[in-house]
Amino acid sequence: MNERIVLDVSHLTLHGKSSASVTWWGTFAFMLLEGTGFALLIAVYLYLESLASEWPLGAPPPDLGPGSVLTAVLIASLVPNYLIARWAEQENLHKVRIGIVIMTVLGIVPVVLRFYEFPALHISWDSNAYGSILWALLGLHLTHLVTDLGDTVVLAILMFTRHGANKRRLGDIQDNALYWNFVVATWLPIYVCIYWVPRL
Amino acid sequence: MSVAPEEPEVLDRRLDAAALDRRLDAVWQTPRGLWAALATVDHKIIGRRYIATAFVFLALGGLLAVAMRLQLARPEARVMSADRYNQVFTMHGANMMFLFAVPVMEAMAVYLVPLMVGTRNIAFPRLNAFSYWMYVAGGIVLWGAFVFDMGPDIGWFAYVPLSGPQYAPGKRADIWAQMITFTEVSALAVAVELVVTIFKQRAPGMSLDRIPLFVWSMLVTSFLIIIAMPAIMVASTSLILDRLIGTHFFNPAEGGDVLLWQHLFWFFGHPEVYIIFLPAVGMVSTLVVTFSRRPVFGYLGLVLAVISTGILAFGLWVHHMFVTGLPRLGESFFTGSSMAIAIPSGVQIFCWLATLWSGRPVLKVPLLFVYAFLFTFVMGGMTGVMVASVPFDTQVHDTYFVVAHFHYVLVGGAVFPLMGAVYYWFPKITGRLMSERVGRWVAGLVFVGFNLTFFPMHLLGLAGMPRRVYTYPAEMQWGSVNLFISLSALVLASGFLLFFWDAFRSLRHGIPAGDNPWDAPTLEWATSSPPPSYNFARLPVVSSAYPLWDERDALSVATGLRPDRREVLVSSVADARPEARESSPRNSIWPLWTAIATSIMLVWSIFTPWAVVWGSIPIATALIGWFWPKGVPEDDA
Repeated sequence: MNERIVLDVSHLTLHGKSSASVTWWGTFAFMLLEGTGFALLIAVYLYLESLASEWPLGAPPPDLGPGSVLTAVLIASLVPNYLIARWAEQENLHKVRIGIVIMTVLGIVPVVLRFYEFPALHISWDSNAYGSILWALLGLHLTHLVTDLGDTVVLAILMFTRHGANKRRLGDIQDNALYWNFVVATWLPIYVCIYWVPRL
Repeated sequence: MSVAPEEPEVLDRRLDAAALDRRLDAVWQTPRGLWAALATVDHKIIGRRYIATAFVFLALGGLLAVAMRLQLARPEARVMSADRYNQVFTMHGANMMFLFAVPVMEAMAVYLVPLMVGTRNIAFPRLNAFSYWMYVAGGIVLWGAFVFDMGPDIGWFAYVPLSGPQYAPGKRADIWAQMITFTEVSALAVAVELVVTIFKQRAPGMSLDRIPLFVWSMLVTSFLIIIAMPAIMVASTSLILDRLIGTHFFNPAEGGDVLLWQHLFWFFGHPEVYIIFLPAVGMVSTLVVTFSRRPVFGYLGLVLAVISTGILAFGLWVHHMFVTGLPRLGESFFTGSSMAIAIPSGVQIFCWLATLWSGRPVLKVPLLFVYAFLFTFVMGGMTGVMVASVPFDTQVHDTYFVVAHFHYVLVGGAVFPLMGAVYYWFPKITGRLMSERVGRWVAGLVFVGFNLTFFPMHLLGLAGMPRRVYTYPAEMQWGSVNLFISLSALVLASGFLLFFWDAFRSLRHGIPAGDNPWDAPTLEWATSSPPPSYNFARLPVVSSAYPLWDERDALSVATGLRPDRREVLVSSVADARPEARESSPRNSIWPLWTAIATSIMLVWSIFTPWAVVWGSIPIATALIGWFWPKGVPEDDA
């Protein structure tokens, strides 16, 4: 059909930032999706607890050590995570390169600590339903730690190639930082469930 | 710090129409050849494949239904064994829900939503390609297993303990659980794409109150998918863990619980019904408007009804569990919420009737399907109110009454509108109209055949015939009604056969449609049929909910985009104010490799948990290939 030009969009930027970018919204959609998964697993935990005559079932409460250290590391990581998002916003590639190396290290440490958490549970996944849900919670969160670490490592390598100096890649840094906040935020209720609910 | 300098831009405003089409086609087209076909990320090509594949699964599921009707046509029949029958009814349900109903609705949206909101491709087009391959792989896994006599035999909702390690040895239940993973991954991916496309890629000026109603429906549906489907993934994964590595989620002897399965399943399973029904609602609204020749009555009411249905959908799941001995107060609450859903449904029905009543209805085939829908869906809705009541449900639970009820709401409520939608959008997708004359026969045969097949099932259910029995003794006196049902099913099947034949014939021999054969008001009709690879040479600008009716002389469009890269407009969520000229990814083979790697890992993990560890390495490699920058103009920022 005939056309009538009523709008000129040539002045618009070639790449939208934060809420003007589709990946930002995509990241939120995936956080909603995965957050629902976490919420459901926590609901399963509380449901099984409500049915049990004793809780924890057939085991002492998990040791607080490894899980609490991991929690502290995750919370501490929010500071450099905030800074790297800001540096990416300012398009400061030099600082972003430093930040992404720090975030890579802060991604590896929790994965290592997680492997000290499993024995601290004092129960195996196949002992009873309490053990099963504990391992499921830690396992699901571990997959998030690992996938975000993988993402961070790839971005870190990217930042040291010729592709790093691109607003689009700096936007990826911001989205990755956003997602890391989610990985930390979902851990906190799980931490309370696993380590403190049995002590109530 | 140096960010890549912006080169002097070539913009579309310097080009005349022919030159612009040429430039855009060079950037957007999918070349001929197998490799390009596997690498394409064009939402129209993927949408077409998705729709065609879903209808293949409809046909296969229909054949299973015919097989069941053969077996049940007379008492004590021996057409198939009890074991085969268990597989057949499980396959029928799982296939229809997970491989047909949900995918076909998303498939229609994959094709239509980008056109209806006036953009050039869906958001995350490579994820879209990945989603399709995962869907096909899930279908192959389920049907491949069935061919080798390994088809699941545990019912489409796979209740424990029947599906657990104790009562379901072998791999049949694992096939069911992993088919769930395949189809949910693909459904969730499309849901994310649709949400972002609808939020961020609408044509300038398409504020929230100008969004086409089908698009509204798909937005709400996508949110339902995002929030409901994790529940089934949690459930099916826990089931596989119970079966493979000895967890005890559903084992009461070790602190687990069998009802936990039902809670998780139906927290997904009830919204699932609306995941199938709400897109159909959007289709009905679209058809009613076009063929009533007037704007819809009660746009706001219809949008609010769709949203409130979506919210209420999460408060109903326990009505599937009324006979499990839950507390009385809980049952009363869920009875109330189940009946409450009749309110938004009623609002919608009245809005459609008012639109038809005050318009000048043109009785084309799509509208015939709307009429078939209105009658059949209201019937199904009324039996729904009946089974929402606990005492009544207790009587008819697991009988053919329930089978009749959900076929009325699902086939009447979703498949009839879908068939109308196929007749309506077929010319846009293929450039040719389906036959009006054959279509009337199809509508008649399907409507009459459906009601003759399923209405008597209400009576069989009230007479006590349970569902999922492979046969029944003659003394029960269900034989004559069952024979009647089986004969009626042939009428229904002949209607579907004619429908498929009409579609195939019309692909080559249908009347050429032109851009807008129905004089419809929404943007997908503003471009050619079928649309060019880039959808719109210049992106439309909208100033009403019915742009093609309100601006008949010329379509308002935007200029100032680059024709040398895949470029779309990103706009604000509420008022669709343009915010950026964003690039859209090029074709890529990596989504296919990623889907193949993921499929290998998922099937392998039925046999050993280590598959998750080793199988992740090829997936990660493929994902890096997918996302690694290729130095194309789309990377410009």
